[in-house]
Amino acid sequence: MHGQFPPVLGRLAGALPLFPLELVARRLIDNALSARPSFAGRLADYADRTFAIDPTDCPFVFLVRPHRGHPSVRVVPDIVTADHDARIAAPLVILLGLIDGTYDGDALFFSRDLVIEGDTAAVLALRNAIENAELDPASVLGLPEPLRGPFNRLAGLALDRLRRALDAPEPSGAGPVQP
Amino acid sequence: MTGPNAARPLELVCPAGTPAGLRAAVDAGAHAVYCGFRDETNARNFPGLNFDRAEMGEGIAYAHRHGAKVLVALNTFMRAGAMDTWKLGVDDAVAAGADVLILADIGLIAYAREAHPAQRLHLSVQAAAATPDAIAFYREAFGIARVVLPRVLTVEEIARLTEAAAPCETEVFVFGGMCVMAEGRCLLSSYATGKSPNMDGVCSPPSHVTYRDEDGALVAALGGFTIDRFAKNAPAGYPTLCKGQFRANGATLHLFEDPVSLNAVTLVPQLARIGVAALKIEGRQRGRAYAAAVVRAFRSAVDSLAAGTEMDVGALRALTEGQRDTTGAYRKAWR
Repeated sequence: MHGQFPPVLGRLAGALPLFPLELVARRLIDNALSARPSFAGRLADYADRTFAIDPTDCPFVFLVRPHRGHPSVRVVPDIVTADHDARIAAPLVILLGLIDGTYDGDALFFSRDLVIEGDTAAVLALRNAIENAELDPASVLGLPEPLRGPFNRLAGLALDRLRRALDAPEPSGAGPVQP
Repeated sequence: MTGPNAARPLELVCPAGTPAGLRAAVDAGAHAVYCGFRDETNARNFPGLNFDRAEMGEGIAYAHRHGAKVLVALNTFMRAGAMDTWKLGVDDAVAAGADVLILADIGLIAYAREAHPAQRLHLSVQAAAATPDAIAFYREAFGIARVVLPRVLTVEEIARLTEAAAPCETEVFVFGGMCVMAEGRCLLSSYATGKSPNMDGVCSPPSHVTYRDEDGALVAALGGFTIDRFAKNAPAGYPTLCKGQFRANGATLHLFEDPVSLNAVTLVPQLARIGVAALKIEGRQRGRAYAAAVVRAFRSAVDSLAAGTEMDVGALRALTEGQRDTTGAYRKAWR
């Protein structure tokens, strides 16, 4: 797969405790869902599924259950022990690009840069809900409105450089689709 | 230019699976977008996709503010005993301000024409009308303004059909998923899953699709049937039976169709010359990045053609199924 962090970084990250990461992840997902209240509605019956979001170049897996506005998030060290309905796996920078609209999920699937397993319908519902949410870094971080534009531009440049440095796939369009 | 509509600029008709996708397509330069309600009345009835009633109204208003049209697809076939679902869809689309309804079911077309005499109607590719007689019937009986042609015709056949169909306009697919079947009549997915693209709006419903890893190879199954095995790192395709591999006459091969996408950008000048009215991009199930990239590329091609400058036919291959593209039947060489 393209776009992987060097293994040494993964090993270093593996030494970190997972609980603080879980708190941060929960906060980010809360921010995202409160910024996009229609998200859970678009997931419909699949909101109660547990999605394993697996950054394959990191030593942890996020288990996310959207659950209609009351999401639960757990971080576990590997997919083997994770009880889940569906798994979405790719290097971290690619997963981030799926969230902000940089990448088209089907194109990544065709090029084998994205792996999906388990409940395919749930994966599709999640992907379409994320697509429609038009999430951007500032919304996910919960920044106030006046800061969002400048922050998103800076974050876009930083992520673009990171993708190039990691030899990630080219953006499917011309970079993130701005809402 | 020689065809019946040849003096008019080509209309670019682009997919919108979600409200965000609609805005992305409009912002990228779509002349028109097509979309559907979140139910079985349209042929892309996938989880998380499509528009509820409020979203449809907002989407149409957004498109109109930016000078684009919205074509609402109600292009599956009505189910006996539940016809009100489709009729209500027609009424709600008209009330929301849809510029066009894309229909396939002859009964629904009759209802739409009777209930909304002034509404512009297009005939969906799902109606599989591919002869002058069929198109003339829909035109004369229901005032169909445009017919979307199936992806199994050559450019020469499209030229003859476009001339014979006039004043009914023709619209052809130029990019996205290939379908080599008589659309609206294909039963492959129904056979494997019990769910029909024509009645339920789902070809290869994701609830019946599974993927598994076998020593790095990706194995795709539909309704329990293994339909393809993609070697480690080899490009993959959609899990449709028509693009699966089958064993026949001692060989295992893609019997109907390779996993490959249609890309007819190089044929745009020829399609304009023969009088096709509109170019359709497939892919309501794709993301905003796809919509933005493909629409931008084709809008540039259409504008270059209108301005008499050279078209940029560059890089859309990364978005294609199997990482390969084809001009499909348009340049058919096997007949």
